[in-house]
Amino acid sequence: MILTIAGKELKALFASPLAWVVLTVTQIIVGYVFLRRLDDFLQLQPQFLQMANPPGATELVAAPTFGTAAGVLLFAVPILAMRLIAEERRNQTMVLLVSAPVSITGIVIGKFLGLTAFLLAIVALVALMPLSLAVGTDLDHGLLAGLVAGIALLAASFAAVSLFVSCLTVHPVAAAIGAFAALLGMMLAGEAAGDGLRARGWPVAASLAQVLSPIKNFEPFGKGMLDSYAIACSALLIAFFLALAIRQLDAQRLRG
Amino acid sequence: MPEQEAATTISARGLTRSFGSHIAVNNLTLEVRRGEVLGFLGPNGAGKTTTMQMLTGNLAPTRGAISICGIDLLEEPTAAKARIGYLPEVPPLYRELTVDEYLLLAAKLHRLPGARRREAIAAAKQRCGLVDAGAKLIGTLSRGYQQRVGIAQAIVHSPDVVILDEPTVGLDPNQMREIRGLIRELGGAHSVILSTHILPEVEAACDRVQIMHHGNIVYGDTIAGLQQFQSGATVLLGLRHPPPLEELAAVPGVAAAECVEPTLFRIQFSANADPTDALVRQAAAREWVLYRLNPAQTSLEDVFVNLTRREDNA
Repeated sequence: MILTIAGKELKALFASPLAWVVLTVTQIIVGYVFLRRLDDFLQLQPQFLQMANPPGATELVAAPTFGTAAGVLLFAVPILAMRLIAEERRNQTMVLLVSAPVSITGIVIGKFLGLTAFLLAIVALVALMPLSLAVGTDLDHGLLAGLVAGIALLAASFAAVSLFVSCLTVHPVAAAIGAFAALLGMMLAGEAAGDGLRARGWPVAASLAQVLSPIKNFEPFGKGMLDSYAIACSALLIAFFLALAIRQLDAQRLRG
Repeated sequence: MPEQEAATTISARGLTRSFGSHIAVNNLTLEVRRGEVLGFLGPNGAGKTTTMQMLTGNLAPTRGAISICGIDLLEEPTAAKARIGYLPEVPPLYRELTVDEYLLLAAKLHRLPGARRREAIAAAKQRCGLVDAGAKLIGTLSRGYQQRVGIAQAIVHSPDVVILDEPTVGLDPNQMREIRGLIRELGGAHSVILSTHILPEVEAACDRVQIMHHGNIVYGDTIAGLQQFQSGATVLLGLRHPPPLEELAAVPGVAAAECVEPTLFRIQFSANADPTDALVRQAAAREWVLYRLNPAQTSLEDVFVNLTRREDNA
């Protein structure tokens, strides 16, 4: 049943021009950054020959490419997520799902999985760019896998937060802007809280603040680390916001 | 299929819903048997839609219990919802899907097993006159066809209870007739609750009627019983040379006579009496020149107006 809803979301995304525009824009921006970085790398290559332990193409080209993709997702996910609940409620199609023998939990998780599947398609397209370098050079497959995993977690975290914000309003555009503000706010708050707490000598509290900041959770992956703490933080963040979304939708049934 | 063919498919007891201090539905009790079409009447804002939303699990009642084929909707929502088909006021259509894709989604959502889906979708399309529209995008269909898709969605899993909220709003008279015919047909195998404020629709399609006003059920009876409401029946009597009113009222079996136009009278019968015959004889004998004799206009309308106005004045 959850998969039915996820499949429906995926289909609806591809049936709308919005998804194709997002895919195109992402490819153009990320592709541009990728080519620029590749250009820089090729120009710097003669100097690397003199270095004992020069940085590789994966580190200098792939990592910034994924970094850019993360930035683009920060804008793209709220726009894609506004459709999930806000637009369904505005178009009064939510009734079809609520009247069907599916729990609210099933609806929320199905929608989350549908959006995440679409985001994974974006991640796959982005990953293809650095992978194409394999034709001419040796890639650091460990780092590349780390980057893909990191950005997938980042995308899922963004999706969970945006899905929750989408439950709060029936105005799709308000949902998109709200989700963007929430993601940005969480990033800044997580950063500021982390720095402030560390400065006061509370490293444990500082690492707890990391839960709030999806970008902070992405950082270790960008260095090629498979950081279990960052994975746990992302999982916690996703679970927390999905639970909030379920609560919110349930409350709407009670409140009317 | 349903293990127990319960006679009562949907029953609601003491259903109450308030929004803040406003009570939208007050202590409503409702019961529908298998094969029955219940007309749910009421002026706009009477609480019909709120009731429908509660019966389908879209809105939690403040108080009260709802059971669908013996399954408590609030305790076991998924099991109960599997037996309901619901067409809300605004059909929940995805404009970017084709009719076939949409009905497939509805069938899947209602847990119809894969093997039966194709057959069920074909049957629903057949019943709703959508056979040729399967590959069309819902967004490009006319209002009437969209309404049919909405109904097809509500019956595709052949639920025990079909709940239709104002299904003929915005349709042309021909389409209305078709939809009413379809509702009658549905009444054979399913229970149907039809919410509307269009009176002829209820008279044409329903077995039983409940009238709702300000959140309360103010009247409930069968359509046949409705005709006898208001202490007996009435006829309209047209006389070219009418006698004084007292003379008409004096005819045995007449409870009251009322002048509608100078030559047209509304005659109210006493309980269990039919003075039509006596009236005709008298008219011939006394040369009142009878030119018209027919039952008074739709009694449902009278009942409706009486009940809903009376409360407003009170």
